Amino acid sequence: MTVYLDHNATTPVRPEAAEAVAAALTVTGNPSSVHGAGRRARALVEDAREQVAALVGARAEDVIFTSGGTEANNLALINVAEGPIFASAVEHVSVLDGADNVTRIPVDDDGIVDLGALDRLLKDALMKVGAGRALVSVMLANNETGVIQPVRKVAELAAEHDAVFHCDAVQAAGKQDIDFPSLGVHMMTLSAHKIGGPPGVGALIVAPGHQATAAIRGGGQERSRRGGTENISGIAGFGRAAEAATADIEHLRGLASLRDRMEDEIAAAVPGVRIFARGRDRLPTTSCLTMPGVSSETQVMAFDLDGIAVSAGAACSSGKVSPSHVLAAMGADEDEIKSAIRVSLGWTTTAEDIEKFTAAWTRLHARVGGGSLAA
Amino acid sequence: MSATTEKHELPHTIQNRKAPIYLDYQATTPTDPRVVEKMLPYFSEQFGNPHSRSHFYGWEAEDAVEIARESVASIIGANPKEVIFTSGATESNNLALKGVANFYKDKKNHIITVVTEHKCVLDSCRHLEQEGFEVTYMPVKANGLIDLDQLRETITDNTAIVSVMGVNNEIGVIQPLKEIGAICREKGAFFHTDCAQAVGKIPLDVEEMNIDLMSISGHKVYGPMGIGALYVRRRPRVRLVPMINGGGQERGMRSGTLPTPLCVGLGEACAIAEKEMGAENERLRRLRDRMYQSIVGRLPEVYLNGDLDQRIPGNLNISFAFVEGEGLMMGIKDLAVSSGSACTSASLEPSYVLRALGVNEELAHTSLRIGFGRFTTEEEVDEAVELIIHEVERLREMSPLWEMHNEGIDISSIEWAEH
Repeated sequence: MTVYLDHNATTPVRPEAAEAVAAALTVTGNPSSVHGAGRRARALVEDAREQVAALVGARAEDVIFTSGGTEANNLALINVAEGPIFASAVEHVSVLDGADNVTRIPVDDDGIVDLGALDRLLKDALMKVGAGRALVSVMLANNETGVIQPVRKVAELAAEHDAVFHCDAVQAAGKQDIDFPSLGVHMMTLSAHKIGGPPGVGALIVAPGHQATAAIRGGGQERSRRGGTENISGIAGFGRAAEAATADIEHLRGLASLRDRMEDEIAAAVPGVRIFARGRDRLPTTSCLTMPGVSSETQVMAFDLDGIAVSAGAACSSGKVSPSHVLAAMGADEDEIKSAIRVSLGWTTTAEDIEKFTAAWTRLHARVGGGSLAA
Repeated sequence: MSATTEKHELPHTIQNRKAPIYLDYQATTPTDPRVVEKMLPYFSEQFGNPHSRSHFYGWEAEDAVEIARESVASIIGANPKEVIFTSGATESNNLALKGVANFYKDKKNHIITVVTEHKCVLDSCRHLEQEGFEVTYMPVKANGLIDLDQLRETITDNTAIVSVMGVNNEIGVIQPLKEIGAICREKGAFFHTDCAQAVGKIPLDVEEMNIDLMSISGHKVYGPMGIGALYVRRRPRVRLVPMINGGGQERGMRSGTLPTPLCVGLGEACAIAEKEMGAENERLRRLRDRMYQSIVGRLPEVYLNGDLDQRIPGNLNISFAFVEGEGLMMGIKDLAVSSGSACTSASLEPSYVLRALGVNEELAHTSLRIGFGRFTTEEEVDEAVELIIHEVERLREMSPLWEMHNEGIDISSIEWAEH
């Protein structure tokens, strides 16, 4: 059996969610149609809306279903096309490239957003006459390192400067408790396929009273905030996955002990290893680490031959291997960036998986480690 | 009196029916079980992210996506590299219109579309108008088709894109795509066509028809909801400003993780449709004609909306004079049909498509859109015919207007005087 340790790229669909998807695929009916078939489809969508809302303690009517996290992040950003946008330098590319005018907020060596810098950026923005309301976008947890951002403090700063606050919670959802109403967030992004739901569906949660403008228009669906016939099977699977993920949070939290043991063993064996943001509050399921002298590509290929799936960073890209903007923003040096891989655990991960990985890592290091990365 | 009651009694088989007969194939089609079967493994064992380049799971998913892309390309005569996946035809239409308009805005800022287009095309155009683009909304003839000479005259040197749908979602009429494509090519404007209702229903060939951009929907072709595609011509190249950014998937035109199972579903749906379209169209034409002949043969004052010949076989749109529209819909609730497009079916406004054909308000209010498809049987058609005729006769019997009409009074003149 292959060991899958790339859950941050996508995690297998949970059986409950797969069942909901399969059942919904046999339902015929456009949720906008008024006849019985349409109303049955509508009921599937509305039940799922409540389940997804419950995952983050939001109200069902605040959930806008989208085609995924990327669309939801884009949708959040176009809401303030007028004002400046400040996003942490370690955001997902769908935030950083989600609008033309994104200014990056610097982060520290562990990838934590620099609150002082954000404060200055917001103050400067307020001084500019007619600049429009600013938007701050800071993720709850990073997809490459798993580091958790001080979202409440960011929310306070945003509120102080009357800025809109968007939080990408794609990687954090289902791995830690999230209470949308008390976070001080105006908009939050979720993705189904990162919590054990199907790909092709996500959501933007919009706080009561906050206006959301549609990017995809026509048809009036999602209360005119997102046009297009709803992806019923995807939405039904998302809802069921949200419910299953909520019930499984303790289990995922517990995976931290496997992750920590793996990191301890590797760090003890090879002192030169850098484990990013190791001392900080991180997702229980993510580890980003270097193998000194061995390129990321060599590592992922070698692990693949060993039957272990890991990644050299974020999965999304047009195919070219570009150095991680996340690690670069953290001030990591070139050798570290070139030799880093991401190991991400999930609901199917076992202790045996991690033992296999640790052993394979150690073997690979013994064979090719310590060399030079110079091309 | 008892004789009348008896006349309107329905066969018990119909009265006792539990599930309504689904005749709303233009709103959505059932996902074909063969499609579902192909999709399911990609929700479980083969769950990889198709953009993961470092392991087997990713490659396996990517292969599945590319095979699906080939099937989608094949049914429209395109190269797979010209097909990008989207979340559905609404997104495709938004992307085609806004994307092209914004990319070429420094050179050209005129857009041509048609008043009977789908809401998402019209809404995108209205949005572009607000941004300063000039939009011409072309009328249609009484049969629902556009006037080609008028199109030729409307295109100017300033026209960036012409958007005309392949098949109308309410009346099923087929626009002359090949002729439109030739005119657009000759005049130097890009040709976009919303083919959500056309793919798998009529033969499509982007080369022969000179189509530059085409929107495709999954759930209108027996595939799943939540997936669609946009064909974007490569030679001569059509460029567009993406709407969803970050990640650079789909050659930068549409970012976001591709939903492998949904892509596989659309691909399989297209492969089945391409193979079965010919025979299926003949079967549907027989069913459609059977229903139409029965209704017009047995009910007077019935009007077909839209051209009968230039029409897909899976659609009828009929207005029943002297019948109250809402009453009719209530009376035939054992049939899942609609009075217009699904998007607007909750509103009581008469269809803007029918109004554009010059159908008067009363008749527009009493129209039924009846959609036939792959799983429609002859028995269902026969039952539906009986239900509709039964209900129309019942409602007319209660209608004073019908009585006056039968006495030879010109209703329209009375209505006119009241205004």
